Amino acid sequence: MAHAAAAPTKQMTFGEAGSSLTFAVLAFLCLIIAAKAYTPEYAFHAYLFTAAFAASAFTIVNRYYDRPAELPPLTIGGKPNYNMGPVKFSTIAAVIWGIAGFTIGLLIALQLAFPALNFDTAWLSFGRMRPLHTSAVIFAFGGNVLIASSLYVVQRTCRARLVGDITPWFVVLGYNFFIVIAGTGYLLGITQGKEYAEPEWYADLWLTVVWVAYLLVFLGTIMRRKEPHIYVANWFYLAFILTIAVLHLGNNASIPVSIFSPKSYIVWSGVQDALVQWWYGHNAVGFFLTAGFLAIMYYFIPKRAERPVYSYRLSIIHFWALIFMYIWAGPHHLHYTALPDWAQTLGMVFSVMLWMPSWGGMINGLMTLSGAWDKLRTDPVLRLMVVSVAFYGMATFEGPLMSVKAVNSLSHYTDWTIGHVHSGALGWVAYVSFGAIYCLVPWLWNKKELYSMKAVSWHFWISTLGIVLYISAMWVAGILQGLMWRAYTSLGFLEYSFIETVEAMHPFYVIRAMGGALFVIGSLIMAWNIWKTITTAESVEEAALPAQPVLVAAE
Amino acid sequence: MAHETHEQVDAVTGVTTTGHTWDDIQELNNPLPRWWLWTFYVTIVWAIGYCIAYPAWPLVSSYTTGVLGWQSRDAIVQDLDALKAQRAGMTAKLAQASVEEIQQNPELFAFARAQGKAAFGDNCAACHGAGGGGAKGYPNLNDDDWLWGGSLPEIEQTIRHGARFSADKGHQGAMPAFGRDGMLKRQELSQVADYVRSLSGLPTEKGVDLAAGAKLFADNCAACHGDKGQGNKELGAPNLSDQIWLFGSDKTVIMEGLWNGRGGVMPAWHERLDDTTVKALTVYVHSLGGDQRR
Repeated sequence: MAHAAAAPTKQMTFGEAGSSLTFAVLAFLCLIIAAKAYTPEYAFHAYLFTAAFAASAFTIVNRYYDRPAELPPLTIGGKPNYNMGPVKFSTIAAVIWGIAGFTIGLLIALQLAFPALNFDTAWLSFGRMRPLHTSAVIFAFGGNVLIASSLYVVQRTCRARLVGDITPWFVVLGYNFFIVIAGTGYLLGITQGKEYAEPEWYADLWLTVVWVAYLLVFLGTIMRRKEPHIYVANWFYLAFILTIAVLHLGNNASIPVSIFSPKSYIVWSGVQDALVQWWYGHNAVGFFLTAGFLAIMYYFIPKRAERPVYSYRLSIIHFWALIFMYIWAGPHHLHYTALPDWAQTLGMVFSVMLWMPSWGGMINGLMTLSGAWDKLRTDPVLRLMVVSVAFYGMATFEGPLMSVKAVNSLSHYTDWTIGHVHSGALGWVAYVSFGAIYCLVPWLWNKKELYSMKAVSWHFWISTLGIVLYISAMWVAGILQGLMWRAYTSLGFLEYSFIETVEAMHPFYVIRAMGGALFVIGSLIMAWNIWKTITTAESVEEAALPAQPVLVAAE
Repeated sequence: MAHETHEQVDAVTGVTTTGHTWDDIQELNNPLPRWWLWTFYVTIVWAIGYCIAYPAWPLVSSYTTGVLGWQSRDAIVQDLDALKAQRAGMTAKLAQASVEEIQQNPELFAFARAQGKAAFGDNCAACHGAGGGGAKGYPNLNDDDWLWGGSLPEIEQTIRHGARFSADKGHQGAMPAFGRDGMLKRQELSQVADYVRSLSGLPTEKGVDLAAGAKLFADNCAACHGDKGQGNKELGAPNLSDQIWLFGSDKTVIMEGLWNGRGGVMPAWHERLDDTTVKALTVYVHSLGGDQRR
């Protein structure tokens, strides 16, 4: 090998040699697939894969020549030598994807009020924009927040450097590459038509590889920990990573038409497919949007409030209760369908039993503030996170309520569901993410504090107003819709035609779009603030975090 | 180092910690809140009770049916039966009566209108609009301009068999594609279009030869649309001398029709709806703008 000419002490690691070789082979394979692809859209994706693999192989070899003979040490002067480069990348990616996802959400909200806004193009049609919105906010924004925060928290609470040299970067860059493939796929019309699992088989396969690497990095770092116990945040992160892997594999079990075709057929059929889909769909909520973000809450709230976690016992009980119960709750998405009654019953009763396990997290989050409530007046970052926990409590009361069949018969298929999802998504997930990002950026970039606390306050109030407009409009719209659908005249005929119920939604759709616009504005303020923090804010004199990225982000 | 337990007392709350520390985060040793625990127990007890009452657990080849014996399929059948029972008396009368008789009987008329309105919203509103206001190419049902006739029997015939849909009893006859099929030249079509506009008093282009248009109209169009463009309900040929336009009165729109022809399709609803629903729809549509005056 040509590398043998390098300094005698410097040797290519097994990982460097193996991964660069693998990437080179994969690049070649993808080139063949691109050449023989059945559709131009698929060829485009194959070329993207080729470029990404080739760039990866090149970057790894190039980095080998540039790096010192020794790999970064695990500790420097007895202190852990944290690997924060991938965390930084994911944090920035989260902000960028977040703004993109919120903006597309605003576009489709406006399309519902004013359908002409798809401009008669296939690309901007609601059918393609909607999965682009959901995937961008859940998987691109939420996923990057989870990856960034988990890789940060696991290192800090284990006092150990991340396992792996190239692997953490592979996780972060590979995950974001998956997002690019998924998103461009929707725009080009590639979808397997499963809600929240729209990417086709090859994107799913790629994500599986990345996710297993993520699990290994996370688990390996936990096993390398210097602390005797595993912190509660890491239980939640681990539950999230493990369960998402299982859900992803189960729901995406499909057989491709050909390796040269983007199309695949799912192995489940009929009502079984529906059940697997909602087992997946609801646990994406439970383990991605709940367990993962509870992990964020468990680290960032006590850290920011500088208070101990309220109750260790509560954290144990509600953790196990939550993960045991959540996995059963999916069938409540299929009330009054072809799903057998017994499965609907189980989905419903487990959803109701989930109420207190969910609230256990809320109690632990809120009560951690005891003795530090005054900080809410002065610290808008903590305010964001505390309000997020309040929204979590609200959404996890509303969820069990809506899973009760009598309530569901009114709420199902209406905009009430959309309102419920967004009180969780905007109020809980996005707010706790914003809080974590506002904490992380100064810590990661060695800054004393954020560039502007006033801007955080503006972000908080503008987006809170947006959320209130959004969810109240959707509550009214949804309940009105449900009541109109079931209204009968005294003679026994339906009172309203479907189109009349659609017309009745218009004003609420406009209000919802206004709420969404405020939320987008808030996120733009955040992006500006973060940019200014990184570029101009005063840095901490003593370097508390000796973060030395070993790879430069290949943006 | 936290290798062994160092329980401390939190100064603010007076509660002991568990002694664990991670990145300066500690945990208090608070017990589970009682209200939380009891509410959790209550939901569990309720869940067990619900599972006893309703279908709940899968068995090898069946499932526990629950002591109440409730089934969602039975429930929907009961609901639908109750609805049928509520309507039964009137529905039976509706089935016996002719559309004319329905209109004479105020009670039947009100019932038919209610049923017709619901059926219209589900089946007709997609094209004709929720209130029957129509859209481009889909007739407005609120006016008294009727392509195929606005009397009760005529409306019933149109709903039952549709227009240009099925060969047997449905309305047939469509406007030929005069331009596309080479029957008339573009220049001639332009003259006809201006003449057609002049029939309802719309302004025409300057210097156009209306006399030539009139001649072409008489030779090609009058057979269906009548000498003065008054239309012909037998053929579904629209009246061209009024202010009501199915596709629009712009010259370009008229030219489009002359070039490509026109022939909107309506399904034969007797294939999808039962007899009483068709009658109810007839009465309802007639009440929107049927020509009671004739």
